[in-house]
Amino acid sequence: MISVNNVSFRYPGTSSDVLTNVNLQIQNGEFVAIMGENGAGKTTLVKMFNGLLKPRVGSVHVDGVDTQEKSVAQLSRDVGLIFQNPDHQLFAETVSEELSFSLRNFGFDEQVIKRRVTNISTALGLERYIDSSPFVLSGGERKRVALAAVLAWDPKHIIMDEPTIGQDYLQKDRLRNFIVQLISQGKTIVIVTHDVEFVAECKPRIVLLSRGTVIADDTASKILTNDEMLAKASLVRPQIAELLHQLPVLGENPGIIDVYAAREFLIPRLRKADRTSGRG
Amino acid sequence: MSLRFVEGFKFTKIDSPIHRMDPRAKFVLTIGLFTTALMFTNIFALITIFLFQIPLVLISKTSRRWLRSMKGGLFLGVFIFVMNSIFGTALVLSISFTLRFFAIMSAFSFFFMTTSADDLGLALDQIHVPYSISFTFTTAVRLVPTMAVDAQTVVDAQRSRGLELDKGNLVKRVRNYIPILIPLIISAIRRSVELAEALESRAFGATEHRTAIVTLKMHFADYVTIIGTILGLGLAIYVYFRVPLPTVVIPIQLPRIFG
Repeated sequence: MISVNNVSFRYPGTSSDVLTNVNLQIQNGEFVAIMGENGAGKTTLVKMFNGLLKPRVGSVHVDGVDTQEKSVAQLSRDVGLIFQNPDHQLFAETVSEELSFSLRNFGFDEQVIKRRVTNISTALGLERYIDSSPFVLSGGERKRVALAAVLAWDPKHIIMDEPTIGQDYLQKDRLRNFIVQLISQGKTIVIVTHDVEFVAECKPRIVLLSRGTVIADDTASKILTNDEMLAKASLVRPQIAELLHQLPVLGENPGIIDVYAAREFLIPRLRKADRTSGRG
Repeated sequence: MSLRFVEGFKFTKIDSPIHRMDPRAKFVLTIGLFTTALMFTNIFALITIFLFQIPLVLISKTSRRWLRSMKGGLFLGVFIFVMNSIFGTALVLSISFTLRFFAIMSAFSFFFMTTSADDLGLALDQIHVPYSISFTFTTAVRLVPTMAVDAQTVVDAQRSRGLELDKGNLVKRVRNYIPILIPLIISAIRRSVELAEALESRAFGATEHRTAIVTLKMHFADYVTIIGTILGLGLAIYVYFRVPLPTVVIPIQLPRIFG
């Protein structure tokens, strides 16, 4: 469990808090999306989960361990943080070397490294690039290498900072399926994102941050249809929720944010309307 | 590892007599300090060059950030000392090289903290440096803080993958920086290519003869600084050739690994 207790934080040399009195509990195996406007403190918050940043006030516990008491390397064994820009971490000559890097840092033996590199590259469709330089890959492929590089050591909690940026629809769909697979394995998934459409399809629990404080913490259906909260976090409704909002004749939107639920909601109403007009 | 020491090379607008000075005068002063530091290997001379800069830093109200840059340079300073020592340089000379590094670093930290990139660009234009060169130089100066942010992100990303920068012997510690330097260099190259394309898309270099709305004007203090620097440099050359400076003898020889 990741537990954030009354955390306040400010960067050295600045006079105002980036996070103010943040409280948050994330259970093992839970899927959470942290959303909010630019500068809301989302990335700062998740950097506390593996100890890259330590709270000025309050505490962060990961599986009962205070992050103040452990090094980043020790915490990272259980908390895998995937950064937004893959170019900030890729350095090796081949994808295979890139995937092995963290495994070597964590002291895995060579046999296990070889097996894990093969498994993760196959799972993420990278097997044909295994001997290529990561620098010749496309942006989306580099992003997958960065993801694979973290998943290779099999952390219990996986944090993804803006995982959908630069990904086409097919890759987003693959990522969504992969997240579902990871959740079924009992992994905790935390994503930091602005992508309301992606969140609407995944339907995680949403923690909404604005100006360094948690302003809402609820289901995706409730938050992504709450105009007041969305406005505070500079977000908009998903398109399907907006469409239903623009059709008041259908009645109040009961929290529908994805196409499949919208279809279930619309079909009986359209049939009824058809019958009423005498065409059914 | 924090890269906050880069703030010691970043311009911040402050109302101080040094900030108001002409960038050309400050540049002459910096080059004067740099040249003098390169001339001497005598510890007392290098300490004098270093101490001479402290009142200037205090007048420019940048002492806190200057200290940060000195603190940030400690790793490199120790590296210079250790490398010189293990390659057989005498202990006194190793100390001198380390002091020289700090004297030069301090001079450039002082210059960049008190001179804006715009002023620097104007100064270069007014001494007829081709615009493409002055633009490249000032852009490089402007990008230093951005590069520092990038470097910190790279450090964070690699630490999150279990990299421990401060672990192991000296050789291992130096090797630990490879996963930091490569992404940093690659992203700098990518950024420069993108910047060049963006500039070309916005007709950079279309006008051969550029004009500037602001022209720099030297004042009394600037002339005093330039003349003072030239006299100081002359004095340093005189001392170097004619005045025997006191020397320090340290009767310890570190074990040679190489050399």
